Amino acid sequence: MPIHAIHDQKVKTLEKEANEIRKSIMEMLFEAGSGHSAGPLGMTDVFTALYFHVLDHKPEDPFWEERDRLVLSNGHINPVQYATMAHAGYFPKEELKTLRKMGTRLQGHPHRTALPGVEATSGPLGSGLGVAAGMAIAARMDKKKWRTYCIMGDGEQNEGVVWEAAMFIGKEKLNELTVIIDRNNIQIDGFTSDVMPLEPLREKYEAFGWHVVDIDGHNITEIVDACRKADSIQEKPTMIIANTIPGYGVEFMEDKFEWHGKPPGSKEELSKALHDLRTLGGRINSEHE
Amino acid sequence: MNNMKINKSLNLISDLLNADKIEKAKTRDGYGKGLVEAGEKNEDVVVLCADLTESTRSHWFREKFPERFIEVGIAEQNMAATASGLASAGKVAFISSYAAFSPGRNNEQIRTTISYNNWGSEKGREINVKVAGAHAGVSVGRDGATHQALEDVALMRVQPGMTVVVPADVHEAQKATVALAERPGPAYIRFGRAAYPIFTTEKTPFEIGKAYVITKGKDVTIAANGPLVYKALQAASELEEEGIDCEVINNHTVKPLDGETILKSVKKTGAIVTAEEHNILGGMGSAVAEYLSQNHPTPQEFIGTRDRFGESGDPEELFEKFEMGVSHIKEAVKRVLDRKK
Repeated sequence: MPIHAIHDQKVKTLEKEANEIRKSIMEMLFEAGSGHSAGPLGMTDVFTALYFHVLDHKPEDPFWEERDRLVLSNGHINPVQYATMAHAGYFPKEELKTLRKMGTRLQGHPHRTALPGVEATSGPLGSGLGVAAGMAIAARMDKKKWRTYCIMGDGEQNEGVVWEAAMFIGKEKLNELTVIIDRNNIQIDGFTSDVMPLEPLREKYEAFGWHVVDIDGHNITEIVDACRKADSIQEKPTMIIANTIPGYGVEFMEDKFEWHGKPPGSKEELSKALHDLRTLGGRINSEHE
Repeated sequence: MNNMKINKSLNLISDLLNADKIEKAKTRDGYGKGLVEAGEKNEDVVVLCADLTESTRSHWFREKFPERFIEVGIAEQNMAATASGLASAGKVAFISSYAAFSPGRNNEQIRTTISYNNWGSEKGREINVKVAGAHAGVSVGRDGATHQALEDVALMRVQPGMTVVVPADVHEAQKATVALAERPGPAYIRFGRAAYPIFTTEKTPFEIGKAYVITKGKDVTIAANGPLVYKALQAASELEEEGIDCEVINNHTVKPLDGETILKSVKKTGAIVTAEEHNILGGMGSAVAEYLSQNHPTPQEFIGTRDRFGESGDPEELFEKFEMGVSHIKEAVKRVLDRKK
């Protein structure tokens, strides 16, 4: 099914939804006592746009054969996927509080067989791109209409297997595949430019035969438009470089690589985070109303 | 021909112990034929290869089913990941390379995107990726130690849910390939490079997870796999003339281990020698030892490389140098018989 253009009214609705999802992320991470904060907050707008507009899927029937597939390659940001899935109706929001606890379906990193709707086990970085390529090739072989999406981190681009996959996908001209990189410029040891410079990232993928587009990863309209464009591109896979602010919406986390791998540590930090998100809600409303 | 009690139900070749006249073939030829056979039976069978298509005998499948063959280039890690994606969309994906690279180099991709990704699958939703490692063991020969995987069985059998098969000859390799295509879940199948004696026939039964007693004996059990099965038969034949009655078992499936057949045998013989072209650490011998120590502690001697790397040379010379020759199996039998007393 083609992706429809998104209208302003829906954009506004999704921005509010994204803010609610961010609150869920902060609460579930605090409850879990471990996990990553910055990446999930930074990618909430992308996930909201995907699950509430772009993907052809049925939350009530997660194994529906014709569904679009989404592979989360940088598995550590999965709190955003879980929270978005719960908000989209895959499972009760209450279950988000079980994140990382014994017996939970919400494993610390994504596990395919733990939770219907998770398409691939991931965590060790880099391999999700190849997994997504395999799905896209299967769809091509079987002449299926569904599309494969892959979410990756920017730090993840350090992994050699990413470039094996990038070369292979370019060779196969896999236009059935849309990849979104979370370009938030941080990784565990610091800024990506210090740890392992990636630029010129766009030119790298272009050199491998990809269609590449840079967008504002917090702009729902740009996210949807880039996915729509990817749908129409022939003979080239699409790489959407989503420029994001890690920790987006929680002021004391924004752009701080220290928040890459930890949750809000105290009730005070949690309430500060939730306060910031409420304020962000106000900002969103004031910009559009 | 001596008085060895050969299991007739296995339909082995008639002149089994005529080592000078026995025909030889590469086990990977069986893999190549097995791929074509599996591909004919099931249109969801796909084959991926990392720039070793002819060498792994994947080219017969490519010729027959070009639309189902995927060349990934020299990129074993991505080959494993891509196969995982294909499998989760319903394909049965074989990935072909040398064992040193796959499952050597891509071990983590196999662990995460194949084995763990499969773990807990509902029936019908398994990750059907079959890893085929060619050129395993010192019998790779002149290419030397970099290409002589001696740890691949150990790497694969510690992954939960992974089936591990080491066929003994070309027919068994073909049957194992077809059987793995039909068996749900991930698997590893291993081949050597050299040509090995063809002692089974097209009519020899094969079932994954079922060890076959080739010769019945009462003094000692020899459980072997891969090219060492035939060497074990040669050793048993020579020992028979010295009055030692060996029960030789083709233990092709390392996992799931056919503990029952091994147990039944050692309860009778009270001693076992395991023989494989692999490091004695972590391979089939270890699997047997783990099983017996928990169920029926039995004196055991191990034939295999002794925690060292291989080197260049002629395959038969290397079997001797690395103490995996017929004479070494015979010596191990005598050692274990001494311990049994």
